[in-house]
Amino acid sequence: MPESQAPQLAFENVSFAFDETPVLRHISFELHSGETLIVLGAAGSGKTVLLKTALGLLRPSEGRVVLFGADVTADSEKQWFDVRSRIGVLFQEGGLFDSLDVAENVAYPLRNQSARQCPEAEILPKVEQSLQFVDLGQTLDRYPSELSGGMRRRVGIARAIVTQPDLLLYDSPTAGLDPITANLIVALITKGRDVRRATTVMVTHRFQDGEILAGFRYDPSAGGLCLARERGSDARTRFLVLREGEMVFLGTQDELEASPDPYVAKFIPHP
Amino acid sequence: MLDFFKRPVLTFQEFVLLAVKTLRGLFQKPYYWDDLFLQMDSLGIGSLPVVILTGFFAGCIMALQMARALQTYGATNQVGQLVAITLVREMGPVLTALMVAGRNASGMASELGSMKVTEQIDAMRALGTDPILKLVKPRLIATAILLPLLTILADFIGMIGGWLVSCVLLSLTTSTHYWNTSWRILEYNDLAQGLIKPFVFAIVIALVGCFYGMETKGGTQGVGLATTRAVVVSSVWIVVLTFIIGRVFVSL
Repeated sequence: MPESQAPQLAFENVSFAFDETPVLRHISFELHSGETLIVLGAAGSGKTVLLKTALGLLRPSEGRVVLFGADVTADSEKQWFDVRSRIGVLFQEGGLFDSLDVAENVAYPLRNQSARQCPEAEILPKVEQSLQFVDLGQTLDRYPSELSGGMRRRVGIARAIVTQPDLLLYDSPTAGLDPITANLIVALITKGRDVRRATTVMVTHRFQDGEILAGFRYDPSAGGLCLARERGSDARTRFLVLREGEMVFLGTQDELEASPDPYVAKFIPHP
Repeated sequence: MLDFFKRPVLTFQEFVLLAVKTLRGLFQKPYYWDDLFLQMDSLGIGSLPVVILTGFFAGCIMALQMARALQTYGATNQVGQLVAITLVREMGPVLTALMVAGRNASGMASELGSMKVTEQIDAMRALGTDPILKLVKPRLIATAILLPLLTILADFIGMIGGWLVSCVLLSLTTSTHYWNTSWRILEYNDLAQGLIKPFVFAIVIALVGCFYGMETKGGTQGVGLATTRAVVVSSVWIVVLTFIIGRVFVSL
């Protein structure tokens, strides 16, 4: 299958166990170019493990992980470095390096990804552009410890998108943030997805985050988010619900809201 | 019963894997020179005060304790030889290594452990860097270069300490005799033993410190546990290895 038609990310019956304790059980889904997957689940349901398996940081105990049309399950760490250079990732707490300032953090993938070979002269403009995207253009020489939780996530987003990756993975980007900052972060994720039509996976425990990502689009002319026309029924934005490592739901927002499963219903705030 | 041995065996297996990957990494690019010099500065310059103090007082104590024993046999003029041999063969390498283990194995474990629990090591792998080449390799090289040098310094300072006590404080012998005898008694076997030991200890300190750091689980409590384990395990290995290496050299 040519890469353009192949799924950007696919899990085929993927299971993962820590010391014989199953954490993910028989997860299967496909995500094509430009699609969005929102993974919902309670704490300990295996959301982060799913994301780390997609990144090759953890190896599945069984099943196959397909990235950009190629089976990468058995790839060596060196081969994974090339695959990962096409993926942008935001870790749960930002995953910023404490010993580096904001500019060095954002420049890190540009300097270190061997597949990229970015000339030194191009790094600073790219870093500035990426930080302006998240409205943090003035923080280049500050250290992560000097930033608030929300700012650290925004720097994390800037670092994830600086290489303009084909696939973006966000691990609980709103965990521990106040609702206003959380909405701002999800708005930035939506903007990041729509500006470059990047394939996006967002792991979260908040249905509202998924609702914004599914129901809004970034409007470049207005410079902000606007309601999506196909709100709720768009098959390009799907929700996956995890319960103790098992996939209990995969479908659109409308299907999610109509789901009879009592566990799935717990994620949807009732009016 | 088997379960009792399972965890230590698995831990040792993981440690050996890390050691093999790091030793293989020594010949692999890229080399992070900035990190290497940073580690050398932290380990070498940072450990100087504690190593100088320990070496000095080790020499003083050796001279002080030996004085009494030597007086019994009327051989107080041999104090220089005793101080030199004990320092170069055993006390210098072991005390320096224990000090560096307490200071740097713990530092490595807590730094890498904090990076592990805040997902910085995962971020490193995700962003194109092998943590073994970026974090473990520079620490191993820095320790392997600097621990033998620190040991030489500790030995020398220790001999000055021994001279102060035996010649200035207790007047056991003359300065010329002290330095002449301590210099002449040392053979190549002693020097080789005194330099091979810190080199081996350096590998143990760096790998054990990094191993427990990289294996950290469970938040800040995990970092504390990793730090404690790194110091305890590396210190125990230093004591065990000094016996083994000593045994090999004695039979040479």
